Amino acid sequence: MAAAAAKRSKSWYGHGLPYVTMGSLPGHLIVIEGTDGVGRSTQIERLSPWLELEGWAVSNTGWTRSPLLSETINEAKAGHELTTTTMSLLYAADFADRMEHQIIPALKAGFIVIADRYMYTVFARNAVMGMDAAWTRQLFGMALVPDLVLYLELDVAHLIPRVLEGKGMDYWESGMHLALGADIFDSFTRYQTQLIEEYNRLARQHRFVNVDARKSVDEIQDDLRAHIASYLQRSREAAARRKPATEPVARLRRS
Amino acid sequence: MGRRAPSRSPLPSPRPSRRAAAGRVEGRSATPRVLKSVGKLRKLQRPHPYPGRLIAVEGIDGSGKSTQLLLLERWLIAQGYRVHFTEWNSSLLVRRSMKRGKKKDLLTPTTFSLLHAVDFADRLTYQIVPPLKAGMIVLADRYVYTAFARDVARGVHPDWVREVYGFAPRPDLTFYFRVPIEVSLQRLLTGRTKLKYHEAGMDVGLATDPVDSYRLFQSRVLDNYDKVTAEFGLRVIDAAADIPSQQKTVRREVDRMLQGYDGPRTEKQQNGRRRRETQ
Repeated sequence: MAAAAAKRSKSWYGHGLPYVTMGSLPGHLIVIEGTDGVGRSTQIERLSPWLELEGWAVSNTGWTRSPLLSETINEAKAGHELTTTTMSLLYAADFADRMEHQIIPALKAGFIVIADRYMYTVFARNAVMGMDAAWTRQLFGMALVPDLVLYLELDVAHLIPRVLEGKGMDYWESGMHLALGADIFDSFTRYQTQLIEEYNRLARQHRFVNVDARKSVDEIQDDLRAHIASYLQRSREAAARRKPATEPVARLRRS
Repeated sequence: MGRRAPSRSPLPSPRPSRRAAAGRVEGRSATPRVLKSVGKLRKLQRPHPYPGRLIAVEGIDGSGKSTQLLLLERWLIAQGYRVHFTEWNSSLLVRRSMKRGKKKDLLTPTTFSLLHAVDFADRLTYQIVPPLKAGMIVLADRYVYTAFARDVARGVHPDWVREVYGFAPRPDLTFYFRVPIEVSLQRLLTGRTKLKYHEAGMDVGLATDPVDSYRLFQSRVLDNYDKVTAEFGLRVIDAAADIPSQQKTVRREVDRMLQGYDGPRTEKQQNGRRRRETQ
């Protein structure tokens, strides 16, 4: 099983990292995407213990959590001195740091990596900002294509009360830097409407699995687990098919 | 598309492309989730739209490019030109990450490259584009070609790093100070006793001895500079020649480039006084 699974190849999104030999990456890279306030972190918190009970080792990785850049990004955001270009590059650096130091090693070791947001977050935001779509994509040419992207889909009308009940409307997530509306509420509504449109477009382009995030937390969790279980099942079957019939059974040796 | 807010970034971001945004980037092949190669380097291949002038110097450490740029700056200021100087890897934005990364050897070729790109984008926004818009002369000690030569020597994909810097405007004139490895090594080692870790390319792991590593790494960089020179038409200066004769060539070229330039001038000064504070 392990040998066969190892043959399942992952691919780079673009040019990749020429100095990294990808080798066998038997792990699984699962991404949870969705706009801010949709409940990604709540769901992810519950996924790990479930997967661990199922016998999988899990590694969690999240946006701007790299040791190299998290402080720099937080400071820069507070200082409001970033342009879309510098912000994208900082995100890319954070992402590359986590990919090389965390995601790829974990995949090598056969872990399930759950990524809270992925490059698609930048694709969506930059599209709303009017950035060149090709540039943003080329920037993330060094990314691994995930095995499964679960997209928590929620329309803005359902998003608003959830955000207000939660941590409230945040400056950046409201697109206040875009001056889209008279106040934070109007700005949030317009910005998130555009952002969700972009996410929906990306979902079609990149074959996300859509999960209806209007449902209750428990129902969403059930859906996510069902999708992950079915993905893991398909991947096991595919690996079994690739396994040559004549493969000798490894024998245990005592020394 | 029309409902989208325009980018408020002072940085001249490429116009949003309807074509690309419509999703043709991914194409409709068997693996549509993988990026197809799309147009690149639009900006670096055509003149910038600003009234000012942008002059860059390139070369490996110890090539003498900073000295030449300083002499050029003195001369320009003495003639009354309004000049702004900017230097590679000098923005405060990534200083902490860069320091932390270098100290703990956390940097990979890709994060090393991206942090420099952040530095460049930040300086472009605040230090390069505004003076160019004001019609001034901007002097850049190292430009994106440094990344094309150095980051590729560290192992990143040559097309990727060119794409990353796709937002950079093309300088009006770029000098490449070409110098043999031994000459640069000699220059670096007379000023101080040790080579810096990254300057010697120790992070690439080519050799354990810093001087050996420097030779191996910088000769890769030199090879890449030759490619870049051909690709982008850099003006090559023989950096092994004596300082005044190099400067003479530089000034002649700059003078020619400034034909027809009608930027802001101060009254002529007797001594070109440096506007920069460092070094």
